[in-house]
Amino acid sequence: MDDTPETFESVIAGPRGSGVVPSDGPPLLSLRGITKSFGAVQALRHVDLDIPVGQVTALVGDNGAGKSTLIKTISGIWAPTSGTISWKGKEVHVHTPRDASDLGIATVYQDLALCDNLDIVQNMYLGRESTKGGILDEIEMEIATRKTLADLAVTTVKSVRQLVGSLSGGQRQSVAVARAVMRESELVILDEPTAALGVSQTAQVLELIKTLKSHGLGVIVISHNLSDVFEVADRLAVMYLGTLVNNGPIENYDTASAVELITTGSSSRVPGPGAMSN
Amino acid sequence: MSSDLTSEALPSGSVTTTSGLADGEAPKLDLALQFRKLWKGDSGLVPILVGLVILIIYFESRSSNFLTAQNLTNLMVQATVYMLLGMAEIWLLLLGEIDLSVGVTCALSGMVATILTDPQYHWSWFIALPLGVVTSMAVSGLYAFFVIKVRLPSFIVTLAGFLAVQGVLIYVVDKQKTGGSVSVQETVLYDLVGGNFTVLATWLFIIICIAVLAFMMIRSNERRIRNNLVAQPRLLLLFKLIGLVLVGLGLVWVFNTNRSNFLVLEGMPFAIPIDLAILAGGTFILTKTRAGRYIYAIGGNAEAARRSGIAVNRYRLFAFLATGFTVGVAGLLYASRLGGITDGVDNTLTLLSVGSAVIGGTSLFGGRGKMIHAVIGGIIIATIYNGMALLQMAASTEYIVTAAVLLAAVTIDSLARRGSTIVK
Repeated sequence: MDDTPETFESVIAGPRGSGVVPSDGPPLLSLRGITKSFGAVQALRHVDLDIPVGQVTALVGDNGAGKSTLIKTISGIWAPTSGTISWKGKEVHVHTPRDASDLGIATVYQDLALCDNLDIVQNMYLGRESTKGGILDEIEMEIATRKTLADLAVTTVKSVRQLVGSLSGGQRQSVAVARAVMRESELVILDEPTAALGVSQTAQVLELIKTLKSHGLGVIVISHNLSDVFEVADRLAVMYLGTLVNNGPIENYDTASAVELITTGSSSRVPGPGAMSN
Repeated sequence: MSSDLTSEALPSGSVTTTSGLADGEAPKLDLALQFRKLWKGDSGLVPILVGLVILIIYFESRSSNFLTAQNLTNLMVQATVYMLLGMAEIWLLLLGEIDLSVGVTCALSGMVATILTDPQYHWSWFIALPLGVVTSMAVSGLYAFFVIKVRLPSFIVTLAGFLAVQGVLIYVVDKQKTGGSVSVQETVLYDLVGGNFTVLATWLFIIICIAVLAFMMIRSNERRIRNNLVAQPRLLLLFKLIGLVLVGLGLVWVFNTNRSNFLVLEGMPFAIPIDLAILAGGTFILTKTRAGRYIYAIGGNAEAARRSGIAVNRYRLFAFLATGFTVGVAGLLYASRLGGITDGVDNTLTLLSVGSAVIGGTSLFGGRGKMIHAVIGGIIIATIYNGMALLQMAASTEYIVTAAVLLAAVTIDSLARRGSTIVK
């Protein structure tokens, strides 16, 4: 925590927007100085961010602010150009999606990363099918899938042997989230989980997020919808042009200051993250 | 859960046969729905089978020689190479890839086996035949390198391969100085197509096949019913089993009738169990193992597969090698059936093999298809060629009719699926 900026100005103006959470134990995930360049374009600049256990961190920012780039770095789609990632206080190298999922990081992408030509059970277990003597154990997978969906109160699908391509947006989102949960992940990352969903389906997904939190998981939610953010998030992290400009408990923000941070990268009405440690 | 979601999920007269979530609710019997699924569903073979029956009725009405045991056995042997090459193609089609060289590569593998077993070299058949298969796998491995590592489209790589393999084939065959062709001297290689089971062995083989298949279908369905999972109604399964037995009896009749006018020629040609073994092996891998599951996933959404932690390239290589293996086996039967390999290969072979797969219902765009598709597609193509030969139609007509059937099959398939690609 030694590089926590001391002054208000340095937080707002400095390139190293700091999201370091002061707490007792090590955070679930902590990023230090994460930079990612694509050729000459710097998509992420020195991002420091801590993700605590059992809380929902909302990651907000305008299009192109670097939210998705950051998420993909955490989930092993690509490695950061520089910087370190620590998991429960230990530095780790996340180079492939497998590395991330082995740690317990599950990501539900905006494009959902489901295979339309496979059914729900096959998608839920994709990449970690249960087998008996090398042969897929369809019965066990089907039973577990039904149980997981029932636990999450996802009751709108008619059959778990339905092809995912036939599901509605909300159902697909539910399957994607259920899939993350079933893998006993400790950190679930949701990329725009409520985009393109109707009112009731959005409510259902937000309910799912609260369920995840109540199970003690860390959750990161990317969202453009601030009313959703203020409904489920415990912490807010704002990105602006590849920099993490502000970060703190949700109580420190209101819609107006959040919008100001998202659009301009600074707000006179929000204290710097170093100032509030409660 | 909000109420409008519930009502969306449960339309009136709700579909409970496939209800996977309603715990404690026994699956109800709804045969009409099951038959609709058979017709339209993702695995819907019914339209294709109906098409086959129409073709058979047409040819039988025009030529009384069509539905004879002799001709049907001949037809099945004709279909062998189409079926095997179609099954080879399906491994790649499932990934959204294609191999445009299977025709010449299969001739190459047949050539290797034919030349090595020639008295001039006198290699043992149990080394030479596998070497033929290995040759074809090596060609596929090379394609895999260019497609996976160099990231070239398989269309181009295998088109280049088609030319290169043809060149090698002509070079090696002409090098033998046997007049532009090499002929099969080894009895084992010749008997792959030319040899037959005894009548008794034919009976036993078909009875065992049906018994094993029926046992597996019933056991799997009963386990699903017992666990209250998505299962087919027992009555539907019974109909399927009756159909299976009828097909089996039909095959026994066809194979066990004496096909020769002068001597005794009866029993199932060895080619048939080879086809069935490749079909069973391919179907097993595709439906029961991780490798198969991943091949479907990669074909459906490669990025999703990658993000699920699947070693995408490893399974793509696997599919290429599976194609190579199947092409190699097809090559041995090809050489066996023609009695040798010439330096001029039938260039329609590759396209008809893709045609077999597609007529059967496999998608060219990846992610959808089954091994059985190539078998049925291969039989349809062989039926057309066989029937038109009996009617003594010109080659020009054969080409145009085959083209029409291919187009019709794909159109019907696409229209049938547009309504519902989904098990609802």
